[in-house]
Amino acid sequence: MKSTKRLKPNPNKAPTGIEGFDEITNGGLPHGRTTLLVGQPGSGKTIFGLRFLAHGAQVCQEPGIFVAFEETSKRIVANAEGFGWNLPELLRKKLYIVDAQPQPDSVQTGDFDLSGLLTALESKAKEMGARRIVFDAIDIMLALLPDAAAKRREMYRLHAWLLEREMTAIITAKAGGDEATSLTEQPFSFMQFMVDCSVALNHSVSLGVSQRNLRVQKYRGSAFDESEAPFVIGKDGFDVAIARALGRLDTAVSDERVSSGVARLDTMLGGGYYRGASVLITGFPGTAKTTLSGAFIEAACRRGERTVFFSFDSDGSEVIRNLKSVGIRLERFVKSGLLHMVSARSMGGSAESLLVRIKTMSRSHRARCVVIDPVSTLAKTGNELTANGVAERLVDWSKSNGTTLVCTSLLDELSGELEGSTPLQISTMADTWIHLNYLVQSGERNRGLSIIKSRGTAHSNQVRELILSHTGVTLADIYTAGGEVLMGTLRWEKESAERVANEVAEVAGKLKRVTLKAEEAVLKVRAKSMDTELLAKQVEKTLLDRTTQSRKGEWSRGRIRMRQLRRANRTNPQQKPENL
Amino acid sequence: MIRQPRFKFRLYVAGTTHNSTRASANLSSFCATHLPDRHEIEVVDVLREPKRAMADSVFMTPTLIKLDPAPDRRLIGTLSHTQLLLETLGLET
Repeated sequence: MKSTKRLKPNPNKAPTGIEGFDEITNGGLPHGRTTLLVGQPGSGKTIFGLRFLAHGAQVCQEPGIFVAFEETSKRIVANAEGFGWNLPELLRKKLYIVDAQPQPDSVQTGDFDLSGLLTALESKAKEMGARRIVFDAIDIMLALLPDAAAKRREMYRLHAWLLEREMTAIITAKAGGDEATSLTEQPFSFMQFMVDCSVALNHSVSLGVSQRNLRVQKYRGSAFDESEAPFVIGKDGFDVAIARALGRLDTAVSDERVSSGVARLDTMLGGGYYRGASVLITGFPGTAKTTLSGAFIEAACRRGERTVFFSFDSDGSEVIRNLKSVGIRLERFVKSGLLHMVSARSMGGSAESLLVRIKTMSRSHRARCVVIDPVSTLAKTGNELTANGVAERLVDWSKSNGTTLVCTSLLDELSGELEGSTPLQISTMADTWIHLNYLVQSGERNRGLSIIKSRGTAHSNQVRELILSHTGVTLADIYTAGGEVLMGTLRWEKESAERVANEVAEVAGKLKRVTLKAEEAVLKVRAKSMDTELLAKQVEKTLLDRTTQSRKGEWSRGRIRMRQLRRANRTNPQQKPENL
Repeated sequence: MIRQPRFKFRLYVAGTTHNSTRASANLSSFCATHLPDRHEIEVVDVLREPKRAMADSVFMTPTLIKLDPAPDRRLIGTLSHTQLLLETLGLET
């Protein structure tokens, strides 16, 4: 089994290998001490114990002994087969299961003690160098003891024996169904004082959904998370879900962008989603949430990234068929193994167990991109209380290993009118929140897309119209005019009206230009003829001037001549003719 | 007269602890009273032979195993209830 988180090894702790539990307890159970594990029947005590031993034997070089008071070793091995711990292999050397079930026909006459068991264990432990031991269902053995004093005596004997050998031990015991009697009559109350660590497992059913919780009640000499932590018994056995532990290193963030699969959306987001971001797509039914996430997947697969698609609404094959109609072709990626479609409609159980399955499947597929459609499934009936925490951990998990997570979420048509209230409160955790809605106008529903938030990204504030066609998903600018947002046919009408208006204006302009040109020409011609006229007039004027002059000269010359001819006066030829 | 069967016992004890010594004593006196001359007792000390205890799945001491006559019966504890012993061993008339 792969251990995902490497914790700093602590010499005082014995890691259990249970993801989450080791973090709650800062490294595991107290090393060389005893831990009491109390829980109702079926709460997972045996599996917890086995996991602890298997991890010790496989990883920590600490062989272990399992003392089974309740189930036979055969059944235990058979039951654990599904968890992939390879018990038969371990059983050869590193693990030993002691069948310590009381013989059903054995008769009890008087007091007895556990010396026999302890000596037998002692020799076995020496033989195999066991460092860990689990006593499963000690209550069965204790029930045979005649009185409380004897029970106490045997528990102390057991505890002393364990301490002396510095074995890391788990003692499991059933919590009584009746709390009142369990406190007084059952020997667990004094056991609580005796042990160094105590863990309670709780299994309840609320509204038909099974919920498992684990709580560390005490832990001497160590800090631990005191709150109840949900857990799931899954494929690997035990998975304790914890919120991100304080002080854990921040995961490396990436500046890398991954395409959303819609070119214009990438532009709106300033390049696409961030790698490792959690993207939330909300919207009413039919607003193309799945299509948008399908576009994302196709883009991811084209880049060659391994992807898992969890479809909680319809079968994976249906999703593929439906997406084909909008030009998103995914079969080839499913065939090549790049894309894993998980038809999860029938996947029931608590939100917690869904999360675990999502995690394990993504891990085993080594997915870099995960789509959950819709994430609101987590909040189905019976899970309301835990779903928020689960969503939180989902986001945390995807961040911690750099998986880009796209979740769709259904908004309740009635309550969801207020943008801002998403089920699960996931919207506050998501890095990018894309909201799809319908705009109903003049008998049409059109899809609008807007980016409500996108952390660390300058993003467009514009609502765009989302258009699905057989060639794919595109975004169109919506038409805003006079405070009105137009989409679909109205947008088209408005656009074409505008086009016509433009054409008309253009033609009118052309006409005007022609007219003006003509007028200009006319004026030019007129100007030219005027020019000519002017010239003629000027010539005429000059001519007139000249004639006048010559006539004047002629006249004065004539007078002089006349005077000369008459010789009436003394003539002075030098004298200029003067006006008389 | 029917030939009465012989009883074969194996008693597991843990050294000389209180319970073990009491069981030994109780068994001896029981056999002396109810099974005179037709019993056999083997005492196994788990502290010395832990492997035998393991092999026989004896974890609580003291444990008495009746080997003969068949079937095997197990009695756990100090064997202090004579009546219960009689019933378990089928000696009640």
